[in-house]
Amino acid sequence: MYAIETKGLTKVFGQHRAVDGVDLAIPAGGVYSVLGPNGAGKTTTIRMLATLLPVDGGQATVLGHDVARESGKVRERISLTGQYASLDEDLTGVENLVLIARLLGHSRSSAQRRATQLLGAFGLSEAGGRQVKTYSGGMRRRIDIATSIVNTPDLLFLDEPTTGLDPRSRNQVWDIVRALVSAGTTVLLTTQYLEEADQLADRIAVIDKGKVIAEGTPTELKTSVGSGVLQVRLRDPERRGAAAQLLGAALGAHVQLDTDPAALSVQVEDNDVVPRALAELTYSGISIADFALGQPSLDEVFLSLTGNASQPAA
Amino acid sequence: MTTTVTEPPGTTEELHEVLRGGVRTKRPSALSASLTHGWRAMLKIKHVPEQLLDVTLFPIMMTVMFTYIFGGALDGSVGAYLQFFIPGILVQTVVMITMYTGSGLNTDIQKGIFDRFRSLPAWRPSALVGSLLGDVVRYFGASTIIVLVGLVMGYRPEGGLLGVLIGFVLLLVFSFSLSWIWTTLGLLLRSEKSVTGVSMLVLFPLTFVSNIFVRPETMPEVLQAIVAVNPITLVVDAVRGAMGGTLTAGQVGWVLIASALLVAIFAPLSMRLYRTRK
Repeated sequence: MYAIETKGLTKVFGQHRAVDGVDLAIPAGGVYSVLGPNGAGKTTTIRMLATLLPVDGGQATVLGHDVARESGKVRERISLTGQYASLDEDLTGVENLVLIARLLGHSRSSAQRRATQLLGAFGLSEAGGRQVKTYSGGMRRRIDIATSIVNTPDLLFLDEPTTGLDPRSRNQVWDIVRALVSAGTTVLLTTQYLEEADQLADRIAVIDKGKVIAEGTPTELKTSVGSGVLQVRLRDPERRGAAAQLLGAALGAHVQLDTDPAALSVQVEDNDVVPRALAELTYSGISIADFALGQPSLDEVFLSLTGNASQPAA
Repeated sequence: MTTTVTEPPGTTEELHEVLRGGVRTKRPSALSASLTHGWRAMLKIKHVPEQLLDVTLFPIMMTVMFTYIFGGALDGSVGAYLQFFIPGILVQTVVMITMYTGSGLNTDIQKGIFDRFRSLPAWRPSALVGSLLGDVVRYFGASTIIVLVGLVMGYRPEGGLLGVLIGFVLLLVFSFSLSWIWTTLGLLLRSEKSVTGVSMLVLFPLTFVSNIFVRPETMPEVLQAIVAVNPITLVVDAVRGAMGGTLTAGQVGWVLIASALLVAIFAPLSMRLYRTRK
């Protein structure tokens, strides 16, 4: 059975089709990532699935329940950690946890016990008595997630959980996600970062302009856009045209001219031919300031998938 | 895909332990959920006591200011005017304070905590009902302060303590009901500023075109007709009746009818907006 299944899911705001016929089949267990730039429709999709927004078209079932007809049943089994801390910042960490526990039906003493337990596990015991507005970004995220698992949900929605976090806090959030998954929770995670999806997700859906434009495992997606990207900066921007021609011919690929007038990048199918291509630049007297060969970034996966940015240079 | 990373020892084990402990609980009753939200409102007062200015200093200022401005001119002396005016200014002040309900709610929504509340299985109106219950506590505080200030200035309620308390109850019931208008506005309008703006636009004519400050007999007939059907007038009549010891069943009935109407219209409207808000 699928944890989430949608068919033609649609949300319209005025003239704008924020979510435009999204089909998803998300297996139970593991992490499923929805990847896309700002405004792609990720948050709107999640909000519909979490029963926060009415569905305008198509249908969606979450854990076997229709989000429109059985929203109460859905809410009993899901939890949501929104993009912005969904906490009362005037209240302390303990008070926030107790508040949610009480709203979930815990008795006063059981709510207090659960709050203490959660704060301990999230390394927030000392901060528990302080108002949340005094917390750092990483602590806020952790208490936010802790609040989401007062009752361990069957499905957790995490909307851009690491946006704006420093690397250490980001790693902590990742560890929490992994622990949740090993405890049997299905996690639906939206992100703008390919690296994050790569680290955590079993499968990824790439969304743009309200539509799913690609779906698959991280490896499948990366293979579909080539094994890597070669980025080159020249000492002399004047020679960029010539360099683009040479690289295009040597690598048999489209060369993209970057906004930096001295830089260009090429999607590379086969890393082995890269040294020869670079050597050809040097033979032709085109001097390289620096170069890098790396995984395709989200931008590149994205541009490649939407197919509207790479221009034939040769 | 599985990945292993190094992490501080103990963390994962503690996390697993806490996840195992997160068993599902039975959802709370509507009352319990509402009271929990009310508790949140009390906690906010504890942590941000300056938000009590509107229910402490504001009522004192209103009472003292208007009594001395209007007292001599309207009733010949401050002492005589107080007997008429205290129940009126009580209604005026508390009704003005209700408008903070809308702006407070609007702020809450923008902070994102309402998303959390709405994704919980608890009775959905409880977030709104609970914060209104919290507000009722604030209204009660303001009412007490006004009557105390009045007593110091020489006001003597003929209805005694019981009459004053009955007056409070009627006023609080009405204010709770009126607050649903602000709840609707708080959910409907985009910013806190616009909520405050619209609220003022409604409240000023509503409270001034009434029998709060002056007896309507001296007003033009058209205005008298408006004053007579203004729900604020009905509430002021009832509160004056209760505190002056002359309360009639009809006065109580009108307040309850007006309150019931407000709730019947604006509570479902608020709930609809609450469910569908973007």
